[in-house]
Amino acid sequence: MRWIWIDKFLEFQPGKRAVAIKNVTLAEEHLHDHWEAFPIMPTSLMIEGMAQTAGILVGQARNFQEKVILAKIARAEVDELVCPGDQLTYVAELETITPEAAATKGTVLRNGTPAGRIDLMFSHVDRNLAGTEFPKENFVFTGQFERLVAPLLGAAHG
Amino acid sequence: MPMTEAEVFDKVRETLVEALGVDDDEVKPEATLTGDLGAESIDFLDIVFRLEKTFNIKIPRGELFPDNILNNPEFVQNGRLTPTGLAQLKERMPHADFTDFEKDPDVNKMAELFKVQTIVNYVMTKVN
Repeated sequence: MRWIWIDKFLEFQPGKRAVAIKNVTLAEEHLHDHWEAFPIMPTSLMIEGMAQTAGILVGQARNFQEKVILAKIARAEVDELVCPGDQLTYVAELETITPEAAATKGTVLRNGTPAGRIDLMFSHVDRNLAGTEFPKENFVFTGQFERLVAPLLGAAHG
Repeated sequence: MPMTEAEVFDKVRETLVEALGVDDDEVKPEATLTGDLGAESIDFLDIVFRLEKTFNIKIPRGELFPDNILNNPEFVQNGRLTPTGLAQLKERMPHADFTDFEKDPDVNKMAELFKVQTIVNYVMTKVN
């Protein structure tokens, strides 16, 4: 299993906005445990999906040179149950970006209808945790995320 | 039109309620951000981002919450701010009340300088 919780980008405006979709399917093992009699998509994984959508938006804004780490879930409200067969859409907007960090606002849609809000903060860890050493290589953007967005940017990454 | 301190305080309170998930009545002028309101390091950046938007101001890095003080041996010795360090901090934080802190400039107590009123004082200098 790969830790990718979005299937495809529909829209990508560098430095501004990204829209990605995730199709929920019963082929996903975790749904059978959450729950066997009534499988629903865990909200925590919707937060991860938004974090990937927004995190790629933040990363691309610095040409994938920064190590972009989810630092804070400022707000997460999802009001609808999301079941197998549903399609999630994550709309992320870049609110603020500085050398150290970024803030994004996000809307979650279920089958095209607004279902929640997820606002996040990301840290550019090399610039924001003075004294803490991280591996030199960029362990966040290793290719798989860049490839997702490459078709919309018109250039190959990774 | 200039903003009054009460107007600034109301908006600062709204900002802190959203950024820290605290209740309105917890945000009092004397409340400390870390001790009373539970702010962590990333929250300080979040607060700066939100204040910039709310008040339509620019907050240069280190101006509201100074950095590069604690890691300078000229400013900190044996866990306390040196007279030079204290002078430097006071110069960089004219918006903070040092009355209690300068009696015992223990670095562990530095967080007590970051009160709700500290933010209000800072924003007042920016909006008016």
